[in-house]
Amino acid sequence: MAEIDENLAQREAIDVDRSKGDFKYEESYAFDAGVGLSASVVDYISKVKDEEPWIREFRQKSLKIFEGLPMPTHWATTDLDNIKFDKIRYYLAKGQKAVRTWEEVPDDVKKTFERLGIPESERKFLAGVEAQFDSEAVYSRMKEELEKLGVIFCGPTDGLRDHPEIFRKWFGKVIPAGDNKFAALNSAVFSGGSFIYIPKGVKVAQPLQAYFRINAENFGQFERTLIIADEGSEVTYMEGCTAPKFETATLHSAVVELVALKGAKIQYITVQNWSANVFNLVTKRGVAEEGAEVRWIDCNIGSRLTMKYPGVVLRGKGARGEVLSIALANDGQHQDTGAKMIHAADDTTSNIIAKSISVGSGRSTYRGLVHIPKTLKNCRNNTECDALLINEHSRTDTYPAISVRGQKNSVQHEASVSKVSAEQIFYMMQRGLSEGEAMSLAVNGFVNDLVKEFPMEYSVELKRLIELQMEGSVG
Amino acid sequence: MNVVASAPIGVLDVALHSAETNQFRAQDWFAVLRQQGWHTFQSLPMPTRDDEKWRFSDARSLSLDGYAPAPEPTETLAAALIARSHFVARPASLIVHVDGHCVLRPALSPELTAQGVCFETLTDALRHHPALLQEHLLKHAAGLGGAKFLALHQAWLRAGYVLFVPKGVEIRQPFVSVNWTSTDGAAVFPHALIIAGENAVVSIQDYHLGATADARALAISACDIHTGTGAKVSRLAVQGWGSRTQSFQVDNTCGGRDALITSVNAAVGSRRARLENTVRIDGPGADVRLYGISVATGEQEFDQRTLQIHTAGQAKSDLLFKNALLGKARTIFSGLIKVAPDAQRTDAYQTNRNLLLSPDAEADSLPGLEIEANDVKCSHGATTGQVDENELFYLRARGIPLEVAQELLAQGFLEEVIAKVEDEEGAEALRGMLSAKFHQV
Repeated sequence: MAEIDENLAQREAIDVDRSKGDFKYEESYAFDAGVGLSASVVDYISKVKDEEPWIREFRQKSLKIFEGLPMPTHWATTDLDNIKFDKIRYYLAKGQKAVRTWEEVPDDVKKTFERLGIPESERKFLAGVEAQFDSEAVYSRMKEELEKLGVIFCGPTDGLRDHPEIFRKWFGKVIPAGDNKFAALNSAVFSGGSFIYIPKGVKVAQPLQAYFRINAENFGQFERTLIIADEGSEVTYMEGCTAPKFETATLHSAVVELVALKGAKIQYITVQNWSANVFNLVTKRGVAEEGAEVRWIDCNIGSRLTMKYPGVVLRGKGARGEVLSIALANDGQHQDTGAKMIHAADDTTSNIIAKSISVGSGRSTYRGLVHIPKTLKNCRNNTECDALLINEHSRTDTYPAISVRGQKNSVQHEASVSKVSAEQIFYMMQRGLSEGEAMSLAVNGFVNDLVKEFPMEYSVELKRLIELQMEGSVG
Repeated sequence: MNVVASAPIGVLDVALHSAETNQFRAQDWFAVLRQQGWHTFQSLPMPTRDDEKWRFSDARSLSLDGYAPAPEPTETLAAALIARSHFVARPASLIVHVDGHCVLRPALSPELTAQGVCFETLTDALRHHPALLQEHLLKHAAGLGGAKFLALHQAWLRAGYVLFVPKGVEIRQPFVSVNWTSTDGAAVFPHALIIAGENAVVSIQDYHLGATADARALAISACDIHTGTGAKVSRLAVQGWGSRTQSFQVDNTCGGRDALITSVNAAVGSRRARLENTVRIDGPGADVRLYGISVATGEQEFDQRTLQIHTAGQAKSDLLFKNALLGKARTIFSGLIKVAPDAQRTDAYQTNRNLLLSPDAEADSLPGLEIEANDVKCSHGATTGQVDENELFYLRARGIPLEVAQELLAQGFLEEVIAKVEDEEGAEALRGMLSAKFHQV
C-alpha cells in the first residue's frame, strides 16, 4: 500500500514537471532520493556522492537553516508561494535522466533553434534529446589544455574531495548557508556545477564554458559553483546559452561564489533562457581583494520568475566591481533582477548598468543595493537602469537602495522608463521596414552597448534572440 | 513571576482619551471618528526594522511613552509666541496654536467672508461646516508605513484648521498657520484640511516650531489637500520642532483635473522626523510638484517617504528632495512612482540629491518606480556626494575660509528648492532657518 502511494506521489511530481517540456523519465530506482525534502534525503545525496563527514554536516546544518528561514514575502512577488517544496525532486542520479525523442520536441522550439543558427548536434541536446550530442570529447580536450596551466576545472564533489586545501577555505564563505532561504536550500542539496582554480599569474585566454563540462555529466538543478582566481590571474567563465533550454525541474536554485584574490580578474557571463515553467532563484556573489576586478554579465530571457541579484564585495583597496544586466520579460514572465555592491575598502569603484525590456504582459524589476560605510573614503558607484516598455500592459519596477557615509564617496543613480518613440518607428517604416522589424531594430539598439560586451558568437545569437522575442509584439 | 506592567499614561491612556472624546458628544460622527482612530491605533503593531516601509529607519528607538496632551498656555506665553509668529507681514489670515490650543483665532477680511472663504479652527468648522468636514476629513489611509501614527492622530484629533476656498476665488496673500510646542513632553496633533474649489487659487504656509530650541514633544501632524478642476494650491510646510522632539507628518494630496499643486516640505527641527507624502493624481492634466529640503545636523534623522500615484493619464508630477547633512545626521529618502495600467501619457519624475558635509553623516536613498503603462516618461535619479573640489578651490583661492566656502556652496545647493517657494517672505523665513543650522554645529 505504502509503495503504491509512493509511486503515485512520484508520478504526480513528474507530471508537474512534464507540463511544459514533454519529458519522460526512465523508471529507475537504483539511485532515487524520491520526492520532497528531509534529513534523510540530504544524507542520501551525501552518501551517493561519497562525501566527507564535514560536507554532510554542512548540508544538514543548511537544511535546518532552510527550514527556519521564512520566504522573502514582504518584498518579493507572491508568485513564490506557488513553489511546492514537497513536490520537488531534489536529486536525480545517473540513469534517471529526462529523455524524449526528437519527434516529440515542439515545432516552435525546433524553429527557434533554426533561427538562432544552433548547430544540428547541439539542438538535440538543448531540446532534451538524450545522448545525441557528444560533448565528452570537447570537454576532455579543454581539460587537457587547462591542466598544463595548472588550472583546476571540475565539479563540486571532485573539487572538495581532491583539492580540499584550495576549495574548503572559500566554500560557503562568500555566500554562507544562512544568507537567504534559497542559498540554504542549495547548500543542503547542491549537486553539479563548476569548481575552478586559476593559479597565480595565469591568464586563461579562452572562456571556460560550463556548457561542455556539465553536459558531460549530470547537470543538477541545484548547481554550486566556486571560482578562485589566485593573485594576478584572469579568467572568463560562461554559463548557459542563448537557445531556449527545456527543463524538467521547475525550481532552479544555484549558488555561485567568486573569489578574486589580489590583482585577479574574473568575468562571469550568464545567458539564462530556461523554459517558461521554471522558477530561477539564484544567489551570486563575488569577493574582490586588493586591485582585483569582478565583473558579472548577466542576461535573463527565459524562466517564469527569475530572482537574481549578482553582487560584489569590494574587500581590498582599489577593487572594482561591475554588473551589466539585460532582462527581457515576455508574456507571463517576471524578471526580478538587479545588483549589489558592498564597498568594504577605500578607493573602490563599482558600476551597474541594467537594461530591461517588458513585452506583452511581461514584468521586469530592478532591485539594487549600494552600500558605502562610514569608515571609507574615495569610493564611487555609478548605477544606470533603463527600462523599455513595448506594449500597453507591460510593466516595469525599479527599487534601488543606496546607503552612503564616509569621506569623498560619491554615488549616482539614474533610471528611466520609456517606450520606443513613434518617430523612430515611423522613420524606419518609411525606409521599407515592417513595424515589427523596426521595433526589434529599436530594441536591439536599446541594448546594443551591453550586447557588445558579450563574446562575439553570443552577441550575434543574442541579437537574433531579441528579434525573435519581439516578433508579434506589435500590431 | 509577577510582572506588574505600568498602566499606559498620557496619549496612551484610554480614560484620558475617552474623557476628551466625550467633549464632542454634540458632533457624534466626529466622536466616532476619534474612537475608530483609537481602536485602529490599538490594533496596529509598532513598526519594526524588518518592515520594508521602515527600511533604514531607526524603528527600534520609536516610543510613544511619556507624552501627554498639554494644558492651555498662560496668556503671557501665548502673547510672546504670537509675537514670534509673524513670518509674513500681511497674510490673508493668521492662526496660532500653542501645545494644541488655539491662541489666535483667524480673522478674515469682509471681502473674503463675502466670497464664501472659510478659514477656521477645526473645532469651529465642526460646528459651522459639518457636511464639508464629513466629506473630506481623513479620507485617506496612511499607505507608507505610518498607519499607527495617523491612527493616533485621528484618535486625538482636535487642533488644526480648515481652509476652504470656493469656486473661482483667487487669493494672492498667503494664509499662515503656526503651531508651537512649549510644555515638556507635550503631545500635539495638528491637522490641516485644505479644500480648493474649481479654479480657486490659494497659498498656505504651515510652521511647526518649538518654543525653545530643545523642546521635547511628540508631534503627529496630518495635512490633506483636495483640489477641484483647475485649482491652484501652493503650500510651504516647515518642520522646525525643538531638537528633542519626535515628529511624524502624514500628508495626502489629491490632484484633480488640470489642478496645479506645489508643495515645499522643509525639515530643520526634531531629533527624528518622518514625513510621509502621498500624491494621488486622479484628474487628467493635473500638475503636482513636490519639493523637499533639509539641513540635518547632530544626530538628527530625517526620514522622507513619498508616493506619486498616477491613476489618470496625461498628467504630470515632479519631485525634488535635497538634503544637506552635517555631524552624525542621517537622511532617508524613499520615493515611489506608481503609474496605473491606464494612465498613459504620464510624465513623472523623481530626484533626490544628498550633500554629505561630514564623514559621519549617512544618506540613504530608495528611489523606486512601478510602471504599468507603456506610453510614459518616467525617470528617477539619486546622487550622494560632497562639495565639488574645484568649486571649493575657486572660492578659497579668493581668500574665503574653508568653512565659509563650504557653507556658501551648501546654501547654493539648497537654493534650488528655496526658489520654488512662491512667496518671498516665506522663502526668506525658510532661508534663515536653514542657514541658522550651519552655525549650531
